[in-house]
Amino acid sequence: MNVIARAPKRPISSYLHLHPKAGLRALLALPLAWLVGVYIISLLLLLVTAFWFTDPYTSKVRPGFTLDNFVSIFTVPAYFATSARTLGIALAVTGVCALFAVPLGIFMAKIAQPWVRNLLAVAITLPLWAGYLVKLLAMRLTFTEQGLFNWLLEPLGFSGPGFGIPVIILTLAYLWFPYMALPVFTAIVLLPPNLFDASADLGAKGWPTVFRMVLPLITPAIIAGSVFTFSLSLGDYLAARFVGGKTQMIGSIIASNINLNPPVAAAFSMVPIAFVVMYLMVARRAGSLERM
Amino acid sequence: MLRFSKTSRIGLMAIVGVVLVFMYAPLTVLVLNAFNERQIASWPIQEFSLKWWVIAFESEPIRAALLNSVTVATAAMLIAMVLGSLVAFALSRYDFFGKSTVNLLIVLPIALPGVVTGVAFSNTYSNFLTPAGFQIGYFGMIVAHSTFCIVMVFNNVFARLKRMNPSLQEASMDLGQGLWGTFRLVTLPQFRTAFAAGALLAFALSFDEVVVTIFTAPPGVDTVPLWILKEMARPNQASVVNVVATVVILLSLIPVYISQRLSRTENEK
Repeated sequence: MNVIARAPKRPISSYLHLHPKAGLRALLALPLAWLVGVYIISLLLLLVTAFWFTDPYTSKVRPGFTLDNFVSIFTVPAYFATSARTLGIALAVTGVCALFAVPLGIFMAKIAQPWVRNLLAVAITLPLWAGYLVKLLAMRLTFTEQGLFNWLLEPLGFSGPGFGIPVIILTLAYLWFPYMALPVFTAIVLLPPNLFDASADLGAKGWPTVFRMVLPLITPAIIAGSVFTFSLSLGDYLAARFVGGKTQMIGSIIASNINLNPPVAAAFSMVPIAFVVMYLMVARRAGSLERM
Repeated sequence: MLRFSKTSRIGLMAIVGVVLVFMYAPLTVLVLNAFNERQIASWPIQEFSLKWWVIAFESEPIRAALLNSVTVATAAMLIAMVLGSLVAFALSRYDFFGKSTVNLLIVLPIALPGVVTGVAFSNTYSNFLTPAGFQIGYFGMIVAHSTFCIVMVFNNVFARLKRMNPSLQEASMDLGQGLWGTFRLVTLPQFRTAFAAGALLAFALSFDEVVVTIFTAPPGVDTVPLWILKEMARPNQASVVNVVATVVILLSLIPVYISQRLSRTENEK
C-alpha cells in the first residue's frame, strides 16, 4: 500500500473526511467564540458586578464583595413587591395568551376552510413584525383618555380602566400573542387525524375530545409558547412606562439603576434570569425546546 | 373528525373575531392618527391632513435615525449570516456532546429579557471596557444586535439543512469535488433561499429592536425606535410619531414578505 505515501490531491477535504471532529470544531469555533466570549462573558461580568458596590461619595462602581445588593431585593419592600407584581403580570399574560391561542388554534386547524385557515395564519403572523414600539404606541393611543376604547364604552356609560396593571397585561398579551398562537396552531395541525376519529368513535363529543385528548397532547407546544410570553413579559419595562401609569416592573428598577447604581441593576437582572432559567428547565423536561 | 355543536362553533368564531379585532384595531387607530390634523392623537379623528407626513420627510433627525438603523441592521445581519449558518451546519451534520447546550446558547439572547441582555452589554462596555481604556462606541450596538440575530439565520438554515439529502454531498465528493466545490455546486443552491430568508428576518429583528439598543447605543446616536421612544416620552407627543410608526410598519413588512416568498417558492419545488 503506497496510498499513505502519495500526497492527497485535496489535502483539506481528505483530512476532514478522515477527521470528522475537526470539521465540527472548525464550524463551531467562530460562533461559540462569539456567543461565549461576548454574550456569556457579559452575563458573567454582570453577575460579578452584582457583588460590587457603588461608592456613595464619588458614585463610582468599586470592585469588592458584598451581598447587600441581593439582600436588598428581599428586604426593601418596594423591590420585593415589584418582583412579585412582575411575576404576577407575566403569568397573567401567559394565561391570557394561552386562553385565546387554544380556541383560535382549534378553529383554524379543525373548523376553518383551508383559505380561511391560511388567511388567519397570515393575520396572526403579520403583527409580529409590525415593531414592538409601534404596537406599544398603538395600544397607548387605543387606551388613552380620549382613545378608541373609552369612546366605545362611553355610550354604555362605562369608562376604561385607565393606564395601570390591566392595560399592561392586555398590552403585553397583544405584543406576544403570536409567539403562543403559532406553536399551538402548528401542534394542533400536526395531531394525527385518526386520533380524532378514535375519540369520536369512542363517543366523545367536541369539548371532551379537546380537554382529554387535544390539550394533553399540545401541552409541550403551549409551554414552548409560554417561554416567550413569560420571559418577554418578565423583562419588559416599556409597557409599564407607557401604559402602566405609575406601575413599576423589575425592568423599571434595572433600567433606572443601570447608570446610578450598576451593582443594584446587576443584582436585579438576576431575578428575571433566575425565573427564565427555571422556566426553560421545565420546558426542556417537557421536550418543548425543539418546538421553539 | 372533531365535531362541535352549533353554539360551540359560534362561540369559537366569536373568540377568533375578538382576537382579530384586538390585534388590528390598535394598529388601525395608529395608522389613521398619522393623518390626524391635530397635534395630539385623538379618537374619533375630526379632520384629516397630510401635514405630518411633510414634516416627517423633511426632518433631519428622522433621516439620521433611519440611516443609523439601516447601518446597524445591515452589519448585524452580515455577522449573523456567517455565525448562524456555521452553527446550523455544525448542528445539522454532527452529533456531539453538549449539542442541546449549544442550541440553548443560540436561543438564550432572545429568550432572556431584552433588558438583561442590554444591561449585560452596557455593564461590560462601561464598567469593564471603558476603565480598561477601550471605547467600543457605535460598534457596541452592532455587537449586541448581532448576538440576538444569530438565532434567526440559524433557525432558517438549520430547518433547510435538516431536509436536505446528505447523500448528494457524498456523491459529489465521490465524484471528485472537494469541500469548496461541493459547497458551491451542491449545498449552496439548496439552502441559499433559506439563508436569504433568515438574513432578512435578522435584519427586521435588528431594525425593530429597542430595549437592547437603549442600553448599547452611544450617547447622541438614535435609531428609529430610539427616536420614536424619545418622542413618546414627551408630554405633548406630536402626530409626527404616528407617521414614522406607520412607515416602520410598512418597512418591516417588506423583508418579512420577501422572506416568506423565498421560503414558499423553495417548498413548492
